[in-house]
Amino acid sequence: MVKLQVNGQTQSFDGDPSMPLLWYLRDQLGLTGTKYGCGVALCGACTVHIDGQATRSCATAVSDVAGRSVTTIEGLDHDGNHPVQRAWRALNVPQCGYCQAGQIMQAAALLVTNKNPSEADINDAMSGNICRCGCYQRITAAVKAAATGA
Amino acid sequence: MTSVHTVIENVSRRGFLKGILATGGLVVAAQFVPARTAFAYATGADKMPHGVRSDPHLFVSIAPDGTVTIVAIRSEMGTGSRTSLPMIVADELEADWSRVRVVQAPGDEEKYGNQDTDGSRSLRHHIQPMRQCGAAARQMLEAAAASRWGVGLAEVQAQNHEIVHKSSGRKLGYGELAAAASALPTPPADQIKLKDPSAFCYIGKGTTPIVDLFDITTGRATYGIDAKLPGMKYAVVARPPVFGGKAVSFDAAAAMKVPGVEKVVTIEGTPAPAKFQPLGGVAVIARNTWAAIKGREALNPTWDDGPNASYDSVAFKAQIEETARRPGKVVRNDGDAEKALVSAAKVVSAEYYIPHLAHATMEPPSATVRIADGKCEAWACVQSPGGTREELAKKLGLKEEDVTVHVTLLGGGFGRKSKCDFVLEAAVLSKAMGGAPVKVIWTREDDLQNAYYHTVSAERIDAGLDANGKVIAWRHRSVAPTILSIFKPDQTHEAPFELGMGLVDVPFDIPNLRCENGEAEAHTRIGWFRSVYNIPHGFAVQSFVAELAKATERDPKEMLLALIGPPRIVDPRKSPEVTDYWNYGDPFETYPIDTARLRRVVELVAEKADWGRKLPPRHGLGIAVHRSFLTYVATVVEAAVDEKGHVTVPRVDTAIDCGFAANPERIRSQIEGAAVMGMALALYGEITFKKGRVEQSNYDSYRVLRIDESPPVTDVHIVPASIDVPSSGVGEPGLPPFAPALCNAIFAATGKRIRRLPISDQLAA
Repeated sequence: MVKLQVNGQTQSFDGDPSMPLLWYLRDQLGLTGTKYGCGVALCGACTVHIDGQATRSCATAVSDVAGRSVTTIEGLDHDGNHPVQRAWRALNVPQCGYCQAGQIMQAAALLVTNKNPSEADINDAMSGNICRCGCYQRITAAVKAAATGA
Repeated sequence: MTSVHTVIENVSRRGFLKGILATGGLVVAAQFVPARTAFAYATGADKMPHGVRSDPHLFVSIAPDGTVTIVAIRSEMGTGSRTSLPMIVADELEADWSRVRVVQAPGDEEKYGNQDTDGSRSLRHHIQPMRQCGAAARQMLEAAAASRWGVGLAEVQAQNHEIVHKSSGRKLGYGELAAAASALPTPPADQIKLKDPSAFCYIGKGTTPIVDLFDITTGRATYGIDAKLPGMKYAVVARPPVFGGKAVSFDAAAAMKVPGVEKVVTIEGTPAPAKFQPLGGVAVIARNTWAAIKGREALNPTWDDGPNASYDSVAFKAQIEETARRPGKVVRNDGDAEKALVSAAKVVSAEYYIPHLAHATMEPPSATVRIADGKCEAWACVQSPGGTREELAKKLGLKEEDVTVHVTLLGGGFGRKSKCDFVLEAAVLSKAMGGAPVKVIWTREDDLQNAYYHTVSAERIDAGLDANGKVIAWRHRSVAPTILSIFKPDQTHEAPFELGMGLVDVPFDIPNLRCENGEAEAHTRIGWFRSVYNIPHGFAVQSFVAELAKATERDPKEMLLALIGPPRIVDPRKSPEVTDYWNYGDPFETYPIDTARLRRVVELVAEKADWGRKLPPRHGLGIAVHRSFLTYVATVVEAAVDEKGHVTVPRVDTAIDCGFAANPERIRSQIEGAAVMGMALALYGEITFKKGRVEQSNYDSYRVLRIDESPPVTDVHIVPASIDVPSSGVGEPGLPPFAPALCNAIFAATGKRIRRLPISDQLAA
């Protein structure tokens, strides 16, 4: 039995402890905002926060998060108004939108540790998150906007 | 992305529907409106399977509280069509966008007309019908208000979700008028009064965010992979690693031992040409995705690889290059290029190679199907809900009216999701589970190794120059497996719709111009990939223009303009060898090949990019222009190549002339994205086969572009056009010019000419 916090609620899981957190969130808890993209931590679509750290849920076993606190896109902000979410909307970042939850979670984690990231910092932090539509220039602008509250 | 409707009509889709007796709109009684409408210009929309509709009774409903609901009939895969089409209706309706709700239509083409989201057609085929739809609804509301007040129609006017009585200032909200308006007949086409463009609130403004923006940023947006149904099972499929192969043996018992696995099911493949049928294989059905994946790992299947077991990319490259060195089937012939090449003062020749590509949509194919009481429901990320419904009905032996296809958001499409093989898999598996809902998930490895691949191509161009360096002869040979091969046996030549994508429609002012197409067999599933055959044809032509500039010591932009020649209409149909010329399915009269517009985008982008600007060492500028999907796009790329051969792109400028720009903001986003995808395919994009098997498996071996490699800014310059200029495609035409512009820039920076994509390590010192 694995106990963990997901978006502030305690959950217990008694299935295969090697199940990636991604599938637990999606299939068992119905939190489908966290996306599958590659299964091997190459694309970042599955990014969640574990104790505040941006983490690839597809390559993290449920057993690895025992006793820890997981935040998904659904739990980032109760009203969906986290500064990163607002900036994403103000700059019309998404095209298909599929990767954006992962992008937003990654950017939100970056801004916790780096209040005013440079372009190089943004590239560094966001380069694990693939967007096949190619929204990158707007992602960069939106991270900057979120940082400055613009 | 482009669907070949001539093909699909003949091969798969039923003919045109005969009587349109669609059931009514959401709150209103059914009304029949003649389909023929008086549009300002003709498009190919009527010729698409099931044609096009504009009746507001199908698309618009208004609740008593005034909420306007507009039906979106095209799939949203990132281009913005789910917003732009309803936005056009809302503007003509004089609706307040903040009080508009958009609902997605299920697949039902008899009712809604053609729903295939492909070919960069959604906006261009619907701007006129959607304007008519909104205007008709507005006039019905005005008529209802005039009747209520007992005043003449001329005395009332729709204004921001209300009808106003002009002289008294009395107002009635849309909600109050909805019931009365819906009982009125739809005005006939010749009585519809469209808004004057000066009164547009949303059309052409680019100020309307996409309708799913909040849901996307909060994780609430629902894609194909996100379906949730009571009792739903999860499935992954072990498919034959070689196209045309089948399972010989597998260990079902081992898979069943994995906790959570419920059933192992064989899916029958279909012999080629298999169109959109499943590849076959062995499915593992489980209580969650992870159990299904683990179960599949335990299957240990062995395969009979079948007829494509020896497909090898290296050998095939040599083969098609050799074919391109010999005469092929003549597909355009102006003057006498053979003779002119012999008599030319100088001959310039080059060969280009463009490999297979995979779409690698961020959301892999995924669908959920449930069968109950003789009815089937599917939830799927499909670009072709109508075709999917038809195929599901056939597969399950049901009537189409007993099949419902719910269209989810698409996590990328790029043509992959025009093929419904993955939905058919879910249907087969649901049936095997007694109709229980089954979700099929393709892993990334499945997506890359069992795809419908972009073709692979060898292109050879020979040009003859006279003593003054003027190009007097042009011979372009293209050799590439055809998409037709998935529909019909023994297809070894490019189809008219492929030849029309940048080969026979070459717009150059050269008296002796010959295009040939050599034979090539397909050894895997070939399918539409964003921009389709424009990618190889455009790469060859636009790279070769810069090679000619070098050979004649001219500026590449000047060479390009010289080849395009004076402003005129180029009509490839004048060459008798051009049979069934394909103008993207639209009338040539509406969308001719206009070299004035081609020149304009070249000149505009050169001006905006400050062509010829001074650059640091090892930097260079490259230019390319290409007309595709009836739109003219020119790109200037600045490339920097360091001593180790590493390429970066500090700046991109793109000019686009797509006629009237209905949603400029989404046009910009498409062009920005095209630069990223273009750079990805130029630098890294390659699917290779060895012993019939794909050698790439995930984003490490099939690289796409990441943020730190992406052009920091793509400046998009939209050629202004009035609403009278027919709108043309946007989703695809940004892609073809990028790779040649990049390689031309690399040449300017380094003197190294890239003739084989991807660039990969070719520049390594």
